[in-house]
Amino acid sequence: MRILVVEDDKDVAGFVVKGLKEAGHVVEHADNGRDGLFLAASENFDAIVLDRMLPGGVDGLRLLETLRAQNNQTPVLFLSAMAGVDDRVRGLKAGGDDYLTKPFAFAELLARVEGLSRRGRGEGPATKLQTADLEMDLLSRTVKRAGQKIDLQPREFRLLEYLMRHAGQVVTRTMLLEGVWDYHFDPQTNVIDVHVSRLRQKVDKPYPTSLIHTVRNAGYMLRPETP
Amino acid sequence: MLSANRLRRLWRRRPAQREFMRSAGVRFGILHAAVFALSTLALAGFLWWSTAGLLERQTEAAINADTQGLSERYGEGGLLALEETLDQRMAGNIDDDALYLLADPLFNKLSGNLERWPVKVNMDSAWYNLSIERAGRRGVALVHHFELPGGFHLLVGRDVEVRSQMARMLTDALLWSGVVALVLGTIGALAVRSLFRITLADVSATARAISAGDLTRRVRVSGRRDEFDRLAETINDMLDRIARLMDGVRQVSNAIAHDLRTPIARARARLEDAAAHATGEADLRAAIERAEADLDGVITIFQALLRIAEIEAGARRSAFARIDLGPLLADLADLYSAAAEEREQILAARIPDSLPAYGDPAMIQQAVANLLDNALKFSPPGSTIRLEASTGADQVTRITVADQGPGIPAADRTRATERFFRGEQARHTPGSGLGLALVQAVATLHGGTVSLEDNQPGLSATLILATRPPAQPAPSQVNTSSSHDQSAVAPLEA
Repeated sequence: MRILVVEDDKDVAGFVVKGLKEAGHVVEHADNGRDGLFLAASENFDAIVLDRMLPGGVDGLRLLETLRAQNNQTPVLFLSAMAGVDDRVRGLKAGGDDYLTKPFAFAELLARVEGLSRRGRGEGPATKLQTADLEMDLLSRTVKRAGQKIDLQPREFRLLEYLMRHAGQVVTRTMLLEGVWDYHFDPQTNVIDVHVSRLRQKVDKPYPTSLIHTVRNAGYMLRPETP
Repeated sequence: MLSANRLRRLWRRRPAQREFMRSAGVRFGILHAAVFALSTLALAGFLWWSTAGLLERQTEAAINADTQGLSERYGEGGLLALEETLDQRMAGNIDDDALYLLADPLFNKLSGNLERWPVKVNMDSAWYNLSIERAGRRGVALVHHFELPGGFHLLVGRDVEVRSQMARMLTDALLWSGVVALVLGTIGALAVRSLFRITLADVSATARAISAGDLTRRVRVSGRRDEFDRLAETINDMLDRIARLMDGVRQVSNAIAHDLRTPIARARARLEDAAAHATGEADLRAAIERAEADLDGVITIFQALLRIAEIEAGARRSAFARIDLGPLLADLADLYSAAAEEREQILAARIPDSLPAYGDPAMIQQAVANLLDNALKFSPPGSTIRLEASTGADQVTRITVADQGPGIPAADRTRATERFFRGEQARHTPGSGLGLALVQAVATLHGGTVSLEDNQPGLSATLILATRPPAQPAPSQVNTSSSHDQSAVAPLEA
C-alpha cells in the first residue's frame, strides 16, 4: 500500500512511518498541512493518516475538506489528540473514514489503516465471502465450512462477516466493538474475547485447521492456516 | 438659543459627572423626580385653568352681556335712554362691582361711576386691565371699550379685585407646591438611588469576594420574596454550582496526584531497573512490555476522566433524542452474557421489548456497560446477575443491575459515585474507581440519579432516567434527525 502520513510531531511521525514501512508499505510523510495537501492532491495514495492540528495554515479538517471538494476519495484516518465525542463526529462529518485518538497503540493504527484500504476498494454488492473452505452467503445468511452448514446466532454471523471482510488483516478488539456492536467505549471485561472464542468453537474446533488466529498484543486475524 | 456645538459640549461633561450619570441608581432617581415634577405641573395647570381661568371667563361673559344690553338700549332710545339705563344699572348693582363710563367723542365724562376716562383706553372693542381708584380704594378692573355711533365712547367693566386676590393666592400656593414637589422628588430620587445601592452593593461585594477566591460567600436574601430576592437566589444557585464544580476539580486534581502517580512511578521504576540491570534482550523486552501495560492503564484512566468531564460539562446533549432502550439493553445483555457464562455466572436479563426513553444512546450504553462490568468483576462464580429495566408510572425509566458480590457497605454508598473512590472490597481488584462516577455523570446529564441499594447479598445499582424530554424546549439545540418529532430535540436541563 502507498500511504501518506501528515503529522507534525517528529517522534510520532517517525514511529508511524517506520512501523508502516516495516509492515511492507510505501510511505510518504509531510510535516505540515500545506505540503500534505499538495502531496495528497497531486499523487495517488491508498490511504492517508492525517493529524488534526497541523502547522502551515491548513489544519487536518481544512485539508480533508479541500481534498473531498476536489472529488478525491482517498480513505483518510484521522489521528488526533482531540478526543472528545464531538471532535470525532466533526472529523467523520468532514469526510474522514476513521478516527483514532492519541495516545494510540501502533497495532491499532496499522490494523485500521489496512482496514481502510479494503474499504476504499469497495465491499460493494458482494453476496458471497470466502476464505479457504469457509463460505458465507450474505443473501441467505448461511455459513458453510467444507460444505457443512454451521449454525450461527445473528451476532456471531455479523462477527464472522466482519472478520471475513477483513480476511488477512489484523482486526483489533476496538474495531470489532465499533464494527460489530457499534460501541465506542472499551469495556473493562474481556467481552470480545469471549465472543470470538465462542465463534471459534463453531467455526474452527470441529475442523483440522484453524482460520481465526490471535495476534499477540493486537487482536485477531482470519486467514487460511499457513503451513 | 444654544448652538448645536454648545449642546454637544454640555453633553460631554467632565468624567466624574458622566460617571455619576452612568449610575443606574441616579438615572432611576432622576426619572422618578422627573415623573413626579411632571405630574405636579399637570395638576397645577389643571387647577389654574378650572379656578382662576373660569372666573375670568365668567367675568368676560357678564361684561359682554351687559354691553350687548346697553348697545341695544342706545339703538332704541339714543343717548338719553342709555344714560337712564346706566343709572338704573348702577343703582341696581348690589355688589358694587359693575363699572360704567360714558364719554363724548373727546373722552369727557358724561355719565358713569368712574372719575374720568382712562388715558390708555383708546381702541374700539378692546379689553383692558385697569388699575382704578374708587372711593379711596385701589383696585383692579377688567373693562371693555365700546365705540357708539356718533363718536360716543362706552366703557363697561367689572371690579375684579377679589378675583385677582384669589389668583395671587392660587399662584402662591402653586409655586409653593412646586417647591415642595421638587424637594419631595429629590428625596424620592435619593431614596430610589440608595435602595439600588444597598441591594446591588451586596451582590457586587459578593461577586468581588468570589472572584478574589472566597467561594463560601453568598448574596443575602431578605426574605421579602421580591425581584431582588429572586435575583439573589439565582445568583446563589449559580455560586453553589460553581462551588460544586470547583470542588470536583480539586477532588480530581488530588485524585490524579494519587492514582496516576502510582502506575507512572511503577512504569518508571521498571524501565530504570531494566536499563540498569537487564542482562539480555528478553529481560529488556519484558520490562518494556510491562511498562507499556502500566502506561496503557494511565491512558485508560485519563480517557475515563476526560469522558466524565465532557459529560459533566453538559456539552454532549446534541445527540439527545427519543430512543428505544429495549433493543439497546438487549444488545448489552447479549454482549455480556457470554462473558458471564465464561465466569460461570448467570446474566438474567428481564427487559421489555420496547422501552421508550429520551437521551444519548451511546452514553446510556456506556453507563449500563460500566454497571455490568462491575457486576461481573465482583460476583463470585455460580452467582446470578440481574439486568432489569422498566418504565414507571412516574415517567422515569429504571435500569437495574443487581449482583451477588460483596456489595458496598451502607456508609460508603454515598461516596461510591465519587471519582477514584474505591471501597475496601475493591482495593484488590483491578479498576480505576471511575466506573460509577461515569454512571453518575450520565444520570445527572439525563436529569436522573443513580441509586445504590443492598441486594442481600450484593449490590443493586439502579440508573434512573427521565422518560420524556423536559417540558421547556431550549431552541438553541437543533437535531437534524427528522425521524423524531420536534419536542424530542430539546436537551434535558440537569
